[in-house]
Amino acid sequence: MATTSTRVTPNQPAPAARPKGERRIVTPEGVPLTFQLAERGERAAAVLIDLVIMLVALGAVVLSFVFVSWQLGFSEIIIGVTLLLFFLIRTFYFVYFELRWQGATPGKRALGLRVIDRKGGYLRPDAVFARNILREVELFLPLTLLLAGPEQGSSAWVNLLTLGWLSVFILLPFFNKDRLRAGDVIAGTWVVSAPKTLLLSDVAAGAKAKQGPNQTAAPEFPFSRSQLEIYGIYELQTLEDVLRQKGPQTQETLREVTLRVQRKIGWTGEEKVDYRRFLEAFYAALRAHLESRLLFGERRENKHDRKGPPGSADGPGATGS
Amino acid sequence: MNAPLKSFEFRREREASWRELENLVGIAEKKGLKSLPAEQLLRLPSLYRAALSSLSVARSISLDQNVVGYLESLCARAYFQVYGARSNFFESVGQFFAVSFPAAVRSAFWPIMIAGFWMTLGLTIGFLLVQASPDWYYSFVPADLAGDRTPASSTESLRRTLFDGADTAERLYVFATFLFTHNSKVALMAFALGFALGVPTILLMFYNGLILGAFLALFDGHGLLGDLGGWLSVHGTTEILAIILCGGGGLVLARAIIFPDQNSRLDSLARRGRAAGTLAVGAVMMLLVAGLLEGFVRQLVTDTAVRYTIGGLMLAFWLTYFTFSGRGHSDGDD
Repeated sequence: MATTSTRVTPNQPAPAARPKGERRIVTPEGVPLTFQLAERGERAAAVLIDLVIMLVALGAVVLSFVFVSWQLGFSEIIIGVTLLLFFLIRTFYFVYFELRWQGATPGKRALGLRVIDRKGGYLRPDAVFARNILREVELFLPLTLLLAGPEQGSSAWVNLLTLGWLSVFILLPFFNKDRLRAGDVIAGTWVVSAPKTLLLSDVAAGAKAKQGPNQTAAPEFPFSRSQLEIYGIYELQTLEDVLRQKGPQTQETLREVTLRVQRKIGWTGEEKVDYRRFLEAFYAALRAHLESRLLFGERRENKHDRKGPPGSADGPGATGS
Repeated sequence: MNAPLKSFEFRREREASWRELENLVGIAEKKGLKSLPAEQLLRLPSLYRAALSSLSVARSISLDQNVVGYLESLCARAYFQVYGARSNFFESVGQFFAVSFPAAVRSAFWPIMIAGFWMTLGLTIGFLLVQASPDWYYSFVPADLAGDRTPASSTESLRRTLFDGADTAERLYVFATFLFTHNSKVALMAFALGFALGVPTILLMFYNGLILGAFLALFDGHGLLGDLGGWLSVHGTTEILAIILCGGGGLVLARAIIFPDQNSRLDSLARRGRAAGTLAVGAVMMLLVAGLLEGFVRQLVTDTAVRYTIGGLMLAFWLTYFTFSGRGHSDGDD
């Protein structure tokens, strides 16, 4: 069902099994971007927020209607205008905001959701119109039926049929992997969540600073090449996570990790080390090593990944954990 | 073992431009793109492209997952701003009426014709059946729609339903809006039902035709066909056309599901669905016009000849609009 063309460029190896709900689009510039599909619950919550806002707006219209007819005397034209305003709010609320706020309504914005084009192009106005016109049958009709009860005079089987038909629409997002509702299907859109990620300081920066500007000086913790060939990218990034952790348990975690790493690589240097400094130095050295391998086109995903560098025939001596 | 950390240098060189982009995007997210001064707005696309290229590089050389994750998120946020809906609301609405809507009508010519055909077929059958046996009327026309227009009504009371209303102008506003809301619901149903492979859409077209035919036969039986035609044509030319357009939109959806083009079903549905949605929105706007005509003009103008003229003019207007408006504008479609 995922319709994106996952173009795999030479320097971009095909990712292993992607996490569920991750989708990739290729921007017009040709760079793939990864998005996380919005959860169904999040989308329901966003719609609920929007509905509340609409309800408040409708309430304001009714209040001003009462006010105007109290001031100027009751007139049929006020009812007409009120009904028209109801219609305009109902039909154009979503369209207006999705056009104005680049694919977000107040509810979506509150939950960090966005509408994007499945092909990665512009979110076109006609797509916004198309995906929101179907809300009439997906959202407003069931709501009216729910609130007002079945229309009088219609037979039971007509009501049943209507209900069955409407539930096809309502339940559609549960029956496809892309969590598309009917409006998304015909507009060619996805709803994705777009959390912000902050740029943190580089973990390797600590090691660099402590090493001093004089690159030729012997590093505080010398690691041999074979020691650096034990681990892969997965372990490196786990180490990054550990080093970024903050909290009361950190010191204990760092101690455990240090001891494990030392045992694994056969550390023969000094026993008493500052754990953080040791791990930062190891992280920096390991990253430098793995990144330089990367430049030669070798990507070692984890410690079990045994395609060792061409030079070392025996390869890394990783035996279990 | 002291290889220079390339990714570290890479980050140090580019971090300033990432921060600048992050700042711009942050402002745009909070206050809208319009709030950015012109020179910053101009920098946005180039900063975005720079960040994208940083992302490509980072993916291939950097193992710092925070940097890659940050760039992914930054590029995505910038992408929303750069490739979000391009124009503002009112511009889009203008573009919609000038180009998209008539273009969508032209591109859906055959589905619209088919929808029209089924309605005409219903009309003919309804007319003939009710003419042969007035009892059919009760099966076709729901009671709340018929009101006091039944085969049991006298010629005089039927005539009154056609020419009444001039003295009750006060109530017309409500009536007009009510009709409009009701009709747009029917039209949107016809459109959305295209999802069910179009069969319900065709049934809905046929059924609406039946009702219309039954009405015509009823009034014809009392020698009022000409007057009914005038009464209907004021708004009917617009309204019936709009309902047929919606039915055509529904059939476009159905066609995309049953006969996908060279792409997958989902892709072809997405491609054609946008045009079909445009059709439906446009039709709702037409129904708004029809509601106004029905509520005001029809009740205020009671002369049959004038009614025909108005209806004919409206029809001519719509046909001209659909045929000629927005021609030569490329819609930028794939």
